[in-house]
Amino acid sequence: MLDVIDLNIEFHDHITPETVVYDFDLHLDEGEIVGIVGESGSGKSMSALAIAGLLSRKKMKKRGQILFDGVDLLTCSRDTLRKYQGNDICMVFQEPMTSLNPVKRIGWQVGESLRLHTELSEDEIRNKVIKMLEDVELQDPESIYDKYPHELSGGMRQRVMIAAALICNPKVLIADEPTTALDVTVQAQIIKLLKKINKKTGTAILFISHDLSVVRKLCSRVLVMYKGRVVETGEVNEVFDFPKEEYTKRLIAAIPRMEKLEYE
Amino acid sequence: MKVRFKENRRLYIGLIITGLMLILAITGKFFTPYDPNAMDSANKLAGISAKHIMGCDNFGRDIFSRILAGLDTTMVVAVGTVLIGVTFGTVIGALTGYYGGRPDEIMMRFNDAVLAFPSLLLALVIISIMGSGKMNVTIALGILFIPGYARIVRGEFLKCRNLDYVQSARLMGASYLRIMFVHILPNTIPVLLSTVAIGFNNAVLAEAGMSFLGIGVQPPDSSLGRMLSESQSYLFLRPGYALCTGSVIALLIFGFAMLNEGLEKHA
Ligand SMILES: Nc1ncnc2c1ncn2[C@@H]1O[C@H](COP(=O)(O)OP(=O)(O)OP(=O)(O)O)[C@@H](O)[C@H]1O
Ligand SMILES: [Mg+2]
Repeated sequence: MLDVIDLNIEFHDHITPETVVYDFDLHLDEGEIVGIVGESGSGKSMSALAIAGLLSRKKMKKRGQILFDGVDLLTCSRDTLRKYQGNDICMVFQEPMTSLNPVKRIGWQVGESLRLHTELSEDEIRNKVIKMLEDVELQDPESIYDKYPHELSGGMRQRVMIAAALICNPKVLIADEPTTALDVTVQAQIIKLLKKINKKTGTAILFISHDLSVVRKLCSRVLVMYKGRVVETGEVNEVFDFPKEEYTKRLIAAIPRMEKLEYE
Repeated sequence: MKVRFKENRRLYIGLIITGLMLILAITGKFFTPYDPNAMDSANKLAGISAKHIMGCDNFGRDIFSRILAGLDTTMVVAVGTVLIGVTFGTVIGALTGYYGGRPDEIMMRFNDAVLAFPSLLLALVIISIMGSGKMNVTIALGILFIPGYARIVRGEFLKCRNLDYVQSARLMGASYLRIMFVHILPNTIPVLLSTVAIGFNNAVLAEAGMSFLGIGVQPPDSSLGRMLSESQSYLFLRPGYALCTGSVIALLIFGFAMLNEGLEKHA
């Protein structure tokens, strides 16, 4: 369904162009959960933003292809891109503090996609939103509907983001380190939720993280990135149990011991 | 947004004074004790009395009536000025801040150029081209206010345009205009609101200043600025004339300043 072929991303906002992602390849099937791991600055977010079509077309030169159901998102018209965005491709960001609009009510923000892509009336949207807030396991969705982001905890906000992303039944959910800013218990809950949603709705998830243990729990396949390149890719268990690349080995060796014990 | 009096005294004081002034101005539009332009040679420079609570000016016109009418003029000019400034300033600031690039550069350099001149001088130029009068003063001042607001709004948009929630709206497929005016603009309102209060302030002062110099509001419209300028000649004979007019202007300014400071606390 989603195929990224030889994606290169180059920044043009400085005097010398700077390439941050080299020859990125990715294949994502319907209903699949694929992970991207790598240290900070390895180009995970850049790749994700490029796939979501959020990198400025002018400031960043991109080579390669991002094929979504056969349509190249890099070269299609803006209107075509906008149709895919929100409808088929959604994203949850890393920082729950800034990913919700501080002056808009939760319900309004979750319903925005519906307002943009469907002809539903405000009442129908409200019902759908409340149903969705329930689906992401938020307690008392009716009252959350009328709240502002600052009244919610980080974990709740991330759930709201997931609700907003999923309300139009997208085919792909890109989750860029959705749990990094959360504490461990909340993190585990969100992971569980994502897994459940994936089972129920068949939404494919591209899960970005620098936390290998999380990726191992959630994903079926994984890409390891290092300095803008994909250095290793394959089934999760294979990559983690029999890493081929030196970098992957070092990455695995860096998992805190407690968590390693958990696997054994 | 609920604010208690104790937490933000200035906001409340500002609201009360401004509200009071607004009521007086609206009253002045529909009702004044005397016709503000009716001359009465018997009452030339009459002192304070039960009939004329602030006395009469050099033509025997009731000062209190003229202040009410002047307040109305001043308010209309101030509101018009701020409205022009905020509307165009917001649109220009939103577009340039959101898109950036070459148009932004050009617009901001133009802005800098306008801001580099003393505003009274520019107003003079515009007035000399268009002629004076209530309407033209409003337009001239309004134009002068645009760059200031544009710059403030641009700054806010610059700050917001790459925040995650804007990215998120973009990804939902919202159009540029919707992102700018539905998603981002409400976030700039607290900042905008406090500058609007100070904008009223500047507008009142500028109008009073221009009318004082005789290039502002023209007769028969009364204006606080021109009244102050006229009262100068009788400063020693009838200090009450200048005192009353001056204190109304001062109170008006004070009210807006308090409002601004109070709002700034929440920006
Ligand atoms: N405006 C820019 N101009 C040039 N280089 C940039 C710019 N923004 C980001 N980069 C570079 O792009 C590279 C990839 O960044 P990216 O945000 O994708 O990293 P990441 O893998 O998501 O890291 P993290 O785990 O911290 O989120 C970094 O090396 C960064 O220095
Ligand atoms: Mg990142």
